[in-house]
Amino acid sequence: MEHHQSKSFPISHVIGFVVSLALTFAAAGIALKTNLSFKVIMWIIGSLAVVQAGMQLFMFMHLREGEDGKTNLVNMIYAVFMVIVIVVGSIWVLTSGHAAH
Amino acid sequence: MGIKWDEFFITGDPLILGSQIAILLTMIGAVAGITYLKKWKYLWTEWLTTVDHKKIGIMYIISAVLMFFRGGMDGLLMKAQTARPEMEFLNSQHYNEIFTTHGVIMILFMAMPFLIGLMNVVIPLQIGARDVAFPQLNALSFWLFFSGAMLFNISFVIGGSPDAGWTSYFPLAGKEFSPGIGNNFYAVALQIAGIGTLMTGINFIVTILKMRTKGMTLMKMPMFTWTTFVTSILIVAAFPIFTVALALMTFDRLYGTHFFTVSGGGMDMLWANLFWLWGHPEVYIVALPAFGIFSEVIATFSRKSLFGYKSMVFSILGIALLSMVVWVHHFYTMGSGPAVNSFFSITTMAIAIPTGVKMFNWLFTMRKGRIKITSAMLWALAFVPCFVIGGVTGVMLAMGAADYQYHNTLFLVAHFHYVLIPGVVFAVFAGLYYWWPKMFGFMLNEKIGKWHFWLFVIGFNVTFMPMFFLGLNGAVRRAYTYSAESGFAPLFMLSAIGSIVLAAGFAVFCYNIYWSIRYADRNISSDPWDARTLEWSTASPVQFYNFAKLPEVKSLDPFWHMKKKNEGLTLHDSEIEEIHMPSNSWVPIYMGVIFGIAGFFLVFEWHIAAAVAGIGIFAGLIIRSFDYNEGFHVKKDEIHRIENAWRKTEGEVHDHVS
Repeated sequence: MEHHQSKSFPISHVIGFVVSLALTFAAAGIALKTNLSFKVIMWIIGSLAVVQAGMQLFMFMHLREGEDGKTNLVNMIYAVFMVIVIVVGSIWVLTSGHAAH
Repeated sequence: MGIKWDEFFITGDPLILGSQIAILLTMIGAVAGITYLKKWKYLWTEWLTTVDHKKIGIMYIISAVLMFFRGGMDGLLMKAQTARPEMEFLNSQHYNEIFTTHGVIMILFMAMPFLIGLMNVVIPLQIGARDVAFPQLNALSFWLFFSGAMLFNISFVIGGSPDAGWTSYFPLAGKEFSPGIGNNFYAVALQIAGIGTLMTGINFIVTILKMRTKGMTLMKMPMFTWTTFVTSILIVAAFPIFTVALALMTFDRLYGTHFFTVSGGGMDMLWANLFWLWGHPEVYIVALPAFGIFSEVIATFSRKSLFGYKSMVFSILGIALLSMVVWVHHFYTMGSGPAVNSFFSITTMAIAIPTGVKMFNWLFTMRKGRIKITSAMLWALAFVPCFVIGGVTGVMLAMGAADYQYHNTLFLVAHFHYVLIPGVVFAVFAGLYYWWPKMFGFMLNEKIGKWHFWLFVIGFNVTFMPMFFLGLNGAVRRAYTYSAESGFAPLFMLSAIGSIVLAAGFAVFCYNIYWSIRYADRNISSDPWDARTLEWSTASPVQFYNFAKLPEVKSLDPFWHMKKKNEGLTLHDSEIEEIHMPSNSWVPIYMGVIFGIAGFFLVFEWHIAAAVAGIGIFAGLIIRSFDYNEGFHVKKDEIHRIENAWRKTEGEVHDHVS
């Protein structure tokens, strides 16, 4: 890892850091400085959090690097798929039709 | 702790009293027999502490056969009870307990360990490895499964069986409606066995990804290895859901939480939802390896490469993906609304597509093949039409609207028996006949095998075919009796007669094992079926290090091509190197025992005792963490001696077939 970093200026880390700061301040600004409804605020800052988490996986967590890069990516996509199926699926099933009442 | 000793042993039922006496006598007989034959040390060093994947596999298979007997007895009792209308052989409570344990045992303690046993024996051999990736973890998997299975099995003589169905739906399974401890057995025993299964899944993913021999790329793996790989991924994806659901159930029943109890603000439907989020993939966890076994058997005995290898792989992946998004078809009638039901109807019907692709691939594999009708092949041949009946009725049930008519009837029961018996039981029998010589160095008798086959298949069809029609006529499932006016009596009687034929088939199977152990020819080839994959390139029974020299793979069906080109079959002295193997360990069986004890206390809600036993679990974890045993090296001389014993002097593969 060390020789890897010394080879060139870590431009992706700097970009990642700046973008992370921007996204964080954006979330803080929307939450504290706007008069949007609670629900809208939650949706916006939740989405920003997901964007930031995804960005950090690429910029800091070396998701695609190394010999296992492709595997990692497939694993992440699979994990996201499973989360959507289990969480969103359960909520959908349990809150539609008679089941909700 | 408020121990109710008077409720400890189940009393007052002659059937159960008989079982208690039988269990006691069997245990005394086993202990006395082992002591008399001075086999304790052999048992301990060769089996109980082993980390050898082949021996672990054999122990899985023995447990599975025993559980098959237990689950089968439950089935026969149910068939006896419903043979005539208004029978008073079993009361309703006893009937509830029996269909519950029948379901749990057949799925989790028969189908799963039978397949995992075959996976254990075969997979490292098929990929040219010397063991699984984590041999000691593998032993731990087995002992946790065994511990869970035994804990579940004692429920009918100690404490009382679970009685809320194998699905254990809330609110029935909750403390409010099932106040006894029976359902605690369900929650705790399945949890313990589930930990073992999850570890197996992880173990086989790593084994298959990391330990394939030189040249075996993913697309050169045998089909059974592929299906095991995908099954392992499904295990890792699905079993944690069950773990969580069971943990919530345990909290509800033992510690008064209200995750699923409606009266306490919980959501009973969440249990059904979580159960089937695991339960549907579970169906494919048992079906996929079975498909793999059929692929191996059909290719070998058609003497051709598997037709459509790539489409086979993509169908498996497609089935695995779809299996995660169909779970609601198990509870359409709970009223989840038209959008949900339509979505899940479509995904469910879509599964028929990749399954159909596989069916045609098997048929095309046989086309123009020089088919050898062996016992193993007979099971594969019978699988095709029987499973298609199960599959087509499955598509009928898949339609949410139509399901309102079929649900909760014997039509459904007949459907899933038509899927699971051809899809899993036929497969494990095919696999057992096929791989038996590799495990033990002799073959199961083919003639008795054919008796086993015909009795079992005819019995199976006579038992379950009438249940389709009973179901369509309105006979509900899980009902312990019916009136004479219903007109169900003749078909129920036919079904009961079928179950006796089925049981006779199983008895012949047991007799075949006995006969073959005593009389079968020991002087057989290491490749008696003229097979295609690497497990047949080494000795039978397989030497503990599997391969003296790791084989190199250049194509699909590598052993077939090695035989054709006559390369890679010989072993020169210069090629022998020391082999590094893992040491035996007592930790896995200790963990199995201590988990069983802790689980038992937890079932009886003796919390302090359970906590003390819990310390024993942590002790085992700590001991394992400080275990620096690096295994041992097999010396060249010993390898030389073992290899010379089964190879001819020139070093060829021994090819005598009796």
